[in-house]
Amino acid sequence: MNVSYLYSLLAVIVLGLIAYAGAVVGLEALFGIVIPYLAVLVFFVGFVNKVLDWAKAPVPFRITTTCGQQKTLDWIKPSPIDNPTTTVGVIIRMLLEILLFRSLFRNTRVEFKGEKISYKWVLWLWLFAIMFHYSFFVVVIRHLRFFVEPVPFFISALETVDGMLQIGLPGLFISGATLLGGATLLLLRRILLPKINYISRAADYFPLFLIIGIALTGILMRYFIKVDVVKVKELTMGLASFHPGIPEDGVSALFYVHLFFVSLLVAYIPFSKLMHMGGIFLSPTRNLANNNRMKRHINPWNPKVKIHTYEEYEEDFREKMKEADIPVEKE
Amino acid sequence: MEELPKPDEMYESIDHTPPEEEWEKIESPIKRGRYAYPAKDKNLAIMEFPTPGEWSPADEEWPLPDNWQQIIHEGFKERLEKYRSLKIFMDTCVRCGACADKCHYFIGTGDPKNMPVVRAELLRSIYRNDFTTAGKILGKIAGGRKLTKEVIKEWFAYFYQCSECRRCSVFCPYGIDTAEVTMMGRELLNLLGLNINWIMEPVANCFRTGNHLGIQPHAFKEMVEFFCDDIEEITGLKLNPSFNRKGAEILFITPSGDYFADPGTYTFMGYLMLFEALGLDYTLSTYASEGGNFGLFTSSDAMKKLNSKMYAEAKRLGVKWILGGECGHMWRVINQYMDTMNGPADFLEVPKSPITGTVFDNAKSTKMVHITEFTADLIRHNKLKLDPSRNDKFKVTYHDSCNPARAMGLLEEPRYVIKNVCNYFYEMPENTIREKTFCCGSGSGLNTEEVMDLRLRGGLPRANAVKHVHDKYGVNMLACICAIDRAAFPPLMEYWVPEVGTTGIHELVANALIMDGEKERTTDLRFESLKEEEDEADEG
Repeated sequence: MNVSYLYSLLAVIVLGLIAYAGAVVGLEALFGIVIPYLAVLVFFVGFVNKVLDWAKAPVPFRITTTCGQQKTLDWIKPSPIDNPTTTVGVIIRMLLEILLFRSLFRNTRVEFKGEKISYKWVLWLWLFAIMFHYSFFVVVIRHLRFFVEPVPFFISALETVDGMLQIGLPGLFISGATLLGGATLLLLRRILLPKINYISRAADYFPLFLIIGIALTGILMRYFIKVDVVKVKELTMGLASFHPGIPEDGVSALFYVHLFFVSLLVAYIPFSKLMHMGGIFLSPTRNLANNNRMKRHINPWNPKVKIHTYEEYEEDFREKMKEADIPVEKE
Repeated sequence: MEELPKPDEMYESIDHTPPEEEWEKIESPIKRGRYAYPAKDKNLAIMEFPTPGEWSPADEEWPLPDNWQQIIHEGFKERLEKYRSLKIFMDTCVRCGACADKCHYFIGTGDPKNMPVVRAELLRSIYRNDFTTAGKILGKIAGGRKLTKEVIKEWFAYFYQCSECRRCSVFCPYGIDTAEVTMMGRELLNLLGLNINWIMEPVANCFRTGNHLGIQPHAFKEMVEFFCDDIEEITGLKLNPSFNRKGAEILFITPSGDYFADPGTYTFMGYLMLFEALGLDYTLSTYASEGGNFGLFTSSDAMKKLNSKMYAEAKRLGVKWILGGECGHMWRVINQYMDTMNGPADFLEVPKSPITGTVFDNAKSTKMVHITEFTADLIRHNKLKLDPSRNDKFKVTYHDSCNPARAMGLLEEPRYVIKNVCNYFYEMPENTIREKTFCCGSGSGLNTEEVMDLRLRGGLPRANAVKHVHDKYGVNMLACICAIDRAAFPPLMEYWVPEVGTTGIHELVANALIMDGEKERTTDLRFESLKEEEDEADEG
C-alpha cells in the first residue's frame, strides 16, 4: 500500500500550524498581506509564462483524436462534434469537454468475469470530478463578495440558490459541503482503489489536502467559530484596493490559516498539474478539426529530408524492370 | 522462442493487482517475450541513424555513446520546442487514472508500466527533473527522476510495448495521446541508435526498394501476375493490370502485406477483381509499392521520407488522383501527415469516381481516397452486381482498426460494404468497437515472432470480444481493413478463438462480385467451396 499521502497530509498540517502560530505571535501582516500579494504575483507571472511557453511551441501536425464518424459521402451521417470538421464543431467539442467533462463521461472499468472480459460504463469519477469542480467554481464566485463593494447582484443571487436548503444559521451553502465532499471522495479514491493508489504521488495528494484544508477552515469559520466577517472584509477590501491593512482587534487566527492555504494553492498552480485548467484548451487532439484531407495543415518547421528518388530507384533496378516489361524512364 | 502457456493458463495468470513496490523502484524491465531484437546497423545506416553495433536488450551494458545523457537532453529540448503536443501532454496529466485500464497491453499483462499514465510518466519524470522549475528544485517530491541507463532500458522496454493505438486518448479528459508520447520516446531512443529490427528493416527496405518487404519491381509484378492466374482459375477471366503506367487516371497504392502473405493476398485479388469489373483506368507502381509506413513508428523524418514516394510517383505518372488500399497506420499517415509533410498535391485533381461521378470533397486537398469510401459509393449507386450469398458460409464480425477509427473516423463505410456483400454480420460489444476499438496487439511494428507473448496478451481484449460473438452467433470470420491485422489475427485467433478466420473486406467484396463474362464460381478466392456444408458432406 502506497502511503505517500501521509507526507502530503503532514505537510499541509504543518503549514496550517505555521500560519496559525504566525497569526498568534503577531505576524498578521506577513500572512494577511505579504504572502497573499506574493502568491497572486507568482500565480500571474507563472501562469502567463506557462501558457506563453505552450503557445510558443508550434502545432506541426493535425492529430485530432476522432471519436465518431468522419464526414465523407453525403449519405453517411457524420459526427459533427465527436469528429468535427468545422470550427463550430470544434468549439462545441471543446465546450463539452471543458464544461461537462465529455471524455470522462465515457469511462469504463475492465472486469474479468469468468471467460469474458467486460467493460462496464462507470460514472463515479465523472460525478466526483463534476461535483468537485463546480463546487469550487461556485465557492470562488461567492468569495468575490469579499473583494467588491457593493456586492454585485449575481453574487447575492448565487448565494440565494446556494443556500436554498436553509439549514442552520448562518444558512448552509451547498457548494461548501459538496466541495469538501468532492475533494474527500477524490482523495478516498486515491487512497482506496489499488490502481489509482499505485499511480498517485505527493503531487496528487498535496493539492487535495490543501483544498480540503481550505474548505474545512472556511466551514469552521462560517458555521462554528464564526469569525468577524466585517473585519475579514475590511482586510480583503484593503488587499483588493491596494490599501492593505490589518484590522484592529484582530481576526481569528483560523482566518490566516485559511488565507495561507489559499495563497499556497494559488502560487502552486503554475508549477503543478493544476495547470490542466489551462492545458485543456490547448490539447491538439481535441481542439483541431479532423479536416486534414480537405484543408492542408502547415508545419512551420517542415524539414527538408533526403529522399530516395525514382531516378535513383530506376538506377538500381533498370535491367530487372526492362526484363519484366515494366516501363522505364531511361532505356 | 519459448513455449507459450496454454490459453487458459495465460488467461488465469493475468493479475491486475499492483505490485508492492513503486514503479520507480522496479528495475530490470527487459523480459523475454516482451522485447524485440535490436535494429541491425546496415538498416540504421541506410536511414542515417547512429549505429551501435551488435547488441542485445538482454545485455547488462548497452552500447551507449559517452555523451548519451547530453544527446537525450538536447533531443528532448528540441522536441519540446517543436511540438506543443509534447509540452501539453507533459504538463497537464493529473493522474486521474481514467486511462489506466484502457490499454490492451495493461489488460493483457497486468504490468503497471503498461498503464498509459505510467508509460507517459516514464518520460514525464525526466521532463520534470530536467525542464521544470518545480522539478529542478524539489526533484523527487515533484515527480522528477534522474536520467540513468536504467531509464533508457525502461523506455526501450515500454515504448516498444505501446502500439500507438490511441485508445487511451479517447478516454483522457485532456486528450493526452500516449501515441504521441511513445513516438517522442522512440525518436529519443533513435538518437542513440536504439531501435528494433522489425521496424528498421522495413523502413530501410521501403526507402530503397519501395516497400517494407524489399520486394523488387520484377518480383512485385510476378506476384501480381500469379494472383491473376488464380483469379482466372476462379472466374475464367484474364486480368491484365498495369505497372508504372503513365497517363493512368488513378494510382492505386496498398500495403505490401497485401501481396506478400495470406490472407492479405486474397484482399489484393479482391482489389484487382473489383477494378476489372469496373474497367477502371488505374495503375500500380513498383516505386510506390507500399501503402504502410513504418517510418511512423520511427521518427517524423523517416515517415516523411517514405511517404514522399506517393506524391512523387503520382506526379511522375501524371495520374489524376490516388486510391489507397486497406491498411491501418497507412491511413493515419495519409489523413494526418501526408499533405502537411509532402503536399500540396496541386498537380493532382480533386478525386472523382469515374463510375458514379461522385466528387470526394472530403479529400479535396490530399487527393487520396480510401478504398472503402470508393466501394461504398459504388454500392450506393448500384454500380456493382453482387451476390452476397456467396459469402453465406461466413458469419462475419468487423474489427475497427485503431488508426482508421481514431485518427480518421472511418466507421460506417466498411460496415456498409460488409452488409452489402455478406448476409450474416454481427457487431462485437459496444465498448470494443468504433472509437473504443481494441488493437490487434501487434500494431506499430510489434508484429514480430519474438514478442509473441506480448502480442497474444495485448490481443486478448480483441480476441475475447471475438470469442463473445463466436459463442453467441457462431461468428467464424473476422473482417478488418488493416494489413497488420491480417498478419496478426491468424496467430491471435489460432490461440484464443481457433474457429475464427481473418479476411480483408475486399476479399468479401470480390467473393460476392458478379463480373461480366465470368464462369459460374464454385470456390471463393481461397479455392474453398462456396458452401460449408459441401465440404463437410465430402468429408463425411
